[in-house]
Amino acid sequence: MNVNQVLEQFQSRGIETCFHGRHISPQMVVGLDGSNWGLADYEARGGYAALRQILGLDGGEAMTPEAVIAHVKESALRGRGGAGFPTGLKWSFMPRQFPGQKYLVCNSDEGEPGTCKDRELLMHNPHLVIEGMAIAAYAMGTSVGYNYIHGEIFQVYERFEAALEQARAAGYLGERILGTDFSFQLHAHHGFGAYICGEETALLESLEGKKGQPRFKPPFPASFGLYGKPTTINNTETFAAVPWLIRNGGKAYLDCGRPNNGGTKIFSVSGDVERPGNYEVPMCTSFCTLLELAGGVRKGRKLKAVIPGGSSSPALPADLILSCTMDYDSISKAGSMLGSGAVIVLDDSRCMVKALKRLSYFYMHESCGQCTPCREGTGWLWRIVDRIERGQGRPEDLALLDNVAENIMGRTICALGDAAAMPVRGMIKHFRHEFEHYIEHKTGMVAASV
Amino acid sequence: MSAATPSLQSVAFSEATLARFAREVAKYPDDQKQSAVMACLSIVQQEQGWVSPAAEQGVADILGMPVMAVHEVTTFYNMYNQQPVGRFKLNVCTNLPCALRDGEHALQHLERRLGIQKGQTTADGLFTLQQSECLGACADSPVLLVNDRHMCSFMSPDKLDQLIDGLRAATKEEA
Repeated sequence: MNVNQVLEQFQSRGIETCFHGRHISPQMVVGLDGSNWGLADYEARGGYAALRQILGLDGGEAMTPEAVIAHVKESALRGRGGAGFPTGLKWSFMPRQFPGQKYLVCNSDEGEPGTCKDRELLMHNPHLVIEGMAIAAYAMGTSVGYNYIHGEIFQVYERFEAALEQARAAGYLGERILGTDFSFQLHAHHGFGAYICGEETALLESLEGKKGQPRFKPPFPASFGLYGKPTTINNTETFAAVPWLIRNGGKAYLDCGRPNNGGTKIFSVSGDVERPGNYEVPMCTSFCTLLELAGGVRKGRKLKAVIPGGSSSPALPADLILSCTMDYDSISKAGSMLGSGAVIVLDDSRCMVKALKRLSYFYMHESCGQCTPCREGTGWLWRIVDRIERGQGRPEDLALLDNVAENIMGRTICALGDAAAMPVRGMIKHFRHEFEHYIEHKTGMVAASV
Repeated sequence: MSAATPSLQSVAFSEATLARFAREVAKYPDDQKQSAVMACLSIVQQEQGWVSPAAEQGVADILGMPVMAVHEVTTFYNMYNQQPVGRFKLNVCTNLPCALRDGEHALQHLERRLGIQKGQTTADGLFTLQQSECLGACADSPVLLVNDRHMCSFMSPDKLDQLIDGLRAATKEEA
């Protein structure tokens, strides 16, 4: 075997994590098997019908851009990257009559620990994202787009490039799409290892060929974005939701979930479950149902805590998360965030001090260094948790952690500082006794490597 | 000190490499060639194993940007190798979701197996082992990345051994 053949043996096929048949009413991953990512298969699944529909090529009238945005507004689709901002509203911010170039950007820089959904969408259903972006470009009058893909998933970048070639050859991208007056050029751009580039203005800087350091806002990208031009940035899964909601109408999409929480969502379930993987379920599905889909807590152990929306969201203890439904409002009411939908499950053998130490190291490592409270504060947080974990904690350390977290939050250009501080405060709020025990006894309540 | 800093000799890239650069540059507006810098540097790394100062100068010349702006990119993003590494760079994710599923054990297993610590390169120059942050494949853990472009999933100790043995054998075959 040559080197590539050796490496290929260990490549993920998506069988365990995506093609397991344990989704509920899926729209985005329906019918996928790993081999049917190409254009012909996508069309056979009804692909590009929504694009044809809005362009008036399916026998009906063409839809106006305003009508497309109205559907997206009615659907209550909210940004799937983490912030949950209403997508229709974001699209309506783009200046309609702007005379110069405008840009559309897809944020596939999926690096929030726990999140691995966009990777599978792009690998196994790339045309869904291309179609969603083309519809968005039509709605906002944008003729050029970029998909910024996480550098660590290079095979996904290559897959997406191959799908772009197919779409161009078939006339779904490029000049005068399918013979209409609508033109849209779409390109793939890869990152190369920087968590911060998931922040939308850092992503724009990176796309311009610079260090990925976030910009001060305002101005927001809708007025000053890529190359200083009006730009809309949405997450991969947000674009992937669009073709279905256009085909079936905003109302039908909304009805999949509940008011303010429309549609389906892909949850990446990782950690202490029997079957880690991606699960597409209607919004507002109960956490218990999601946990069951993932095979329950590993080895029949008891649930201790769940980080419900990626590593930046505060951990919730079992009794709180077990009564939640998986939607923005329910998780927010419980004191955390739905975020990117990355559900990290911890069982009762886990040490929360060690878990927090690992997360704090990550934020220190990934702080871009631009703002002092974040650059210095993330280091402080890590060093304090580290000394507690090494048995050198002091009684005043918990108050100090809270104080450092307080001094980061709201004092930085972007949300990375808050993202580092929130898990610390959540851990101390819900698992204070474990930290106190560690400081007093110089060891954890449970003997665990994490 | 002399008035002008002598400019570094830049790498002369092959026609094939220049064609790969051109394909990336074509994605961006004519006056925004700099946008291709990340892709060009990753191509350099794939072909030469690392990004040398001379290669930075070469990329700067082609994209019409200051070499320091190229260097800022090389040093900002985690995946660029600023020094030569082994033939196979192994990045093992140990972030929390992976740590909950033996990510740390995978790293330790490779340390024992290769007889090196994380951050080091084997004496034969074949393997460099690094700890890494989230690779974005949390449900596949333990995961590792080989030479920036190949993700390896569900890496149990047995599979890690197969990977190391396989890469060693493949390298011998080439020779």
